[in-house]
Amino acid sequence: MKWTARNVGLTALLFVATIGAWEAVVRIFQIPVFILPSPTQVGMALYRGLASGVYLDHLKYTLLETLLGFIVGSALGFFLGTAVAMNRYVEFFFYPYIVMFQSLPKVALAPLIVVWFGLGLTSKVINAALVAFFPLLVNTMVGLKSADEDRVSLMRSLAASNQQIFWMLRLPNALPFVMAGLDVAMIFALIGAIVAEFVGAQRGLGMLIQSMNFNMDVSGQFSILLILSLVGLILNRIIMLIRRRVMFWDPSEKNLIEPATDDVTATPRIGRVVEAKEGVAR
Amino acid sequence: MAPVATEAIAVHDLSKSYATRDGGVVALDRTTFNIDEGEFVAVVGPSGCGKSTLLKILAGILPASSGDARLRGTLIDGPRRDIGVVFQSPVLFPWRTVLDNVLLPVDVQRLDRTRFARVGLDLLNLVGLRGFDHRYPWELSGGMQQRVAITRALVHDPAMLLMDEPFGALDAMTREHMNVELQRIWLERKKTVLFITHSIPEAVFLGDRVLVMTPRPGRLMDDVRVDIPRPRSLDVMNTPEFGRYVHHIRSLFNVKGAVDA
Repeated sequence: MKWTARNVGLTALLFVATIGAWEAVVRIFQIPVFILPSPTQVGMALYRGLASGVYLDHLKYTLLETLLGFIVGSALGFFLGTAVAMNRYVEFFFYPYIVMFQSLPKVALAPLIVVWFGLGLTSKVINAALVAFFPLLVNTMVGLKSADEDRVSLMRSLAASNQQIFWMLRLPNALPFVMAGLDVAMIFALIGAIVAEFVGAQRGLGMLIQSMNFNMDVSGQFSILLILSLVGLILNRIIMLIRRRVMFWDPSEKNLIEPATDDVTATPRIGRVVEAKEGVAR
Repeated sequence: MAPVATEAIAVHDLSKSYATRDGGVVALDRTTFNIDEGEFVAVVGPSGCGKSTLLKILAGILPASSGDARLRGTLIDGPRRDIGVVFQSPVLFPWRTVLDNVLLPVDVQRLDRTRFARVGLDLLNLVGLRGFDHRYPWELSGGMQQRVAITRALVHDPAMLLMDEPFGALDAMTREHMNVELQRIWLERKKTVLFITHSIPEAVFLGDRVLVMTPRPGRLMDDVRVDIPRPRSLDVMNTPEFGRYVHHIRSLFNVKGAVDA
């Protein structure tokens, strides 16, 4: 779908109609504000929170937790994934535990982690990292192992060493998978941070939601949910931009230029990007 | 005592068997032949005749079960840097530009990149890809991609070129065109070439000699010298002389009852 004037108009119309219907339902049925606030009430809560600087303060803290968790978790996932993919001893002895740990709903560990690492930043970063870790681990593994057999044969026929095959073939080949993993890990890190804040924190948007819940401030909660979904969207877009930069050569990243066709269609021979679908309890 | 190397390739009593669940399979059975320096030899045979096995052994990526193969007098016992290989698919790296793909052997062998970049550009001109050096593989058609693969196999000036059905994935028209192009490149460079194919006309058109192989066990059945003057144009395929070669080779398969030749 393209952003034609007509589509922009329809999108705006749909948005206004949805919000209008919501406002109308709340007013007509006189739904109490602690059950479902109207869009105007949510908007006012949002304005109050932003104008007073309270939201921004907590937002910065949650973002810090998320980004640190993302970096730590995905770096660990990447390196361990590489070790598992490249060394069959590591795979044999460690992979069963990894799978076991993966099937565990990681957010269920949050209470323990808060007990162990306290109410501050550390426990949030660790929890976010724990959740962000697996998409990277799995995708790095799959990516490194999926190097095309013909390409490996070519490298071997050139008398390439295993290190050269890794750096010149396997690693670039794994990039699309790694980028897909980062995509998922970013959102997972945000989830991990928020859940850890629910369990126990002094700052952060998750903590704010929790305290608003105690005060029955439902408009406030809605306004924070709005912020969180925007943050998720922006983080996702950032990863997508990086991905487009790094993987300019991947067919899924461009459909701008048609391949020359004087004969057989050029077949893109790149492994499809698989998104690591991970079952995370929310 | 090493034999005196008058020939580029000397294959002696070469066999290869694979272990399978129900015993072994002999892919290549006591094959002996020589290829002279600068000669273009086509190997033709149906699927399963061990021609790809032969190529992998010569490329040094598959060990022989018995017998030996020598390149310019030295035993082939592992991958070596003086052989260029072209596979059935172009096997280009999508994250490298055309020129960078061509320079892959240079990078792997840590040779002087600036010097070979000039060699690579000259070769790209030779194969008709002038001005494509900064393009990416997905911007090229299948035929153009295979030209890049051929250029890559030539860039480090190998002693021999091994080609494993390089045009098998192309449509018939492009394939004929690529045959003419390959002959032109070969006449210019005079490399020793071992060219594997399952198309009899392609083998006769390109080869100075055609080695005919039979399947199960893969065995050399005939060694046909093709005395058609070069450069050969596509019209050669319509001459009775050409037809006789094709007919002769095809009849060899019919005797053995091989259907897909």
